[in-house]
Amino acid sequence: MIADPAQTPPALEIGGVSHRFGRVEALRDVSFIVPRGAFCALLGVNGAGKTTLFSLITRLYDSTSGKIAVAGFDARRQPSQALARLGVVFQSRALDGDLTLRQNLSYHAALHGIGGAAARARIAEVLDLVDLADKAGMRASTLSGGQQRRAEIARALLHRPQLLLLDEATAGLDLRARAEVAALVRRLIAEEGVSTLWATHIFDEIDPADHVVVLHRGAVLADGRAEALAGGDSLSQAFLRLTGEPA
Amino acid sequence: MKGWSIALAGIATREFLRFARQRERFLAALVRPLVWLFIFAAGFRSVLGLSITPPYKTYVLYEVYVTPGLCGMILLFSGMQSSLSMVYDRETGAMRSLLVSPFPRWFLLGAKLLSAVLVAVAQVYAFLIIAWLWGIRPPLMGYLTVLPALVLAGLMLGSLGLLISSAIRQLENFAGVMNFVIFPMFFASSALYPLWRMKESSVLLHAICAVNPFTHSVELIRFALYGQIDPLSLAVTLGCTLVFFGGTVFMYDPAKGLWRGRKGGA
Repeated sequence: MIADPAQTPPALEIGGVSHRFGRVEALRDVSFIVPRGAFCALLGVNGAGKTTLFSLITRLYDSTSGKIAVAGFDARRQPSQALARLGVVFQSRALDGDLTLRQNLSYHAALHGIGGAAARARIAEVLDLVDLADKAGMRASTLSGGQQRRAEIARALLHRPQLLLLDEATAGLDLRARAEVAALVRRLIAEEGVSTLWATHIFDEIDPADHVVVLHRGAVLADGRAEALAGGDSLSQAFLRLTGEPA
Repeated sequence: MKGWSIALAGIATREFLRFARQRERFLAALVRPLVWLFIFAAGFRSVLGLSITPPYKTYVLYEVYVTPGLCGMILLFSGMQSSLSMVYDRETGAMRSLLVSPFPRWFLLGAKLLSAVLVAVAQVYAFLIIAWLWGIRPPLMGYLTVLPALVLAGLMLGSLGLLISSAIRQLENFAGVMNFVIFPMFFASSALYPLWRMKESSVLLHAICAVNPFTHSVELIRFALYGQIDPLSLAVTLGCTLVFFGGTVFMYDPAKGLWRGRKGGA
């Protein structure tokens, strides 16, 4: 059941979501909740269905069955309200390399109806947040991989979303850049109060106190605190126990 | 409404900035019709005489006849170019940032289409200025009256490009499809020869040219450049724009279009 927006619903509510690509069942009766202000890791190997789930939340695909609500707004029936409350960092880089960082952010602000002085002020603010203020005039293609990821996080935060979706946000980054991006996201949760769903297959990115949803072959196998799931073992051993596969 | 106009301005600004960064794209867009005008049309001038054909009130040189067709050629290539960039954006993931905007998808696609058309129309005017220097001088008022015709023709061809792009999954497939769209559309039209001349050589070819939407967009431009309206061309161009754009919105709808149930849609 989709919660009433007036009663401060969770940042994200996934209820009985299934999806098929032809004969292939990509997601099977997936249900979980991301509470407000929480960091939730969606843990799964490649092909587990993480990106498909993100595509359904962002309305790039339409779900075959089930309900998805962002901050209480049904993604299917109220897509504009749901999308307005979402910030997304996709797995593949999505900055326009021909444009400067500031131009990229202005474009994104415009896509959310933010223009003029309000856009300029917010762009300066988010660039400060991700420590890229000095790179604003540089072409996006000239930024390093880590800087591009931080820029994409800045872009996702521009319109003050209530839920931040990050799909393998550290993919393709070296260890240092990975650590920087992960630390940045955790700092933003504290500073901006934004809820986060972080899709990953890297155990190091998950803290013991984090809320973890284990997705495997399109189904949720476990949902709870990382330390509880681990049950005294490491999270990777717990994952192996649950799925029979190493991540 | 303010948010909508901000979004439209943002999408248009990005299109112009990208175009300004890609100078070779501007040169290519200009060189193509100019080669036709300076070389092809000059060569055919002595072979192809044109008697009085509406909207021309006198005998006209072949360069004069072919100029509206070359304006259409710029719009045709530009429409396909923007659809190519849609496929590229989809492959690289950039399309996702557009489609996750809270504005309705028809508006986002329409704004992208209109922005690309405005860029293309600027290229057409650059071509018309060079053509004027070459001696092709329609009435001055024609430069103003042709504007809505260029925009409408651009919308029709751009919508067709978007519609085609929605069905193409990989960039490498695009070139092949274009060969089956651009060249047949251009050559089987009234861009290079009047339809009555076509009829003299082949009735079937004439029939094909007569139903080709590109023929009607070229005729719309041709008449508008001389301050006139060809009602049939206007109706066909307008109707095709609505059909192609409606098809595009349908195809890009996650719940209805071709991408429903297929991985890699956007």
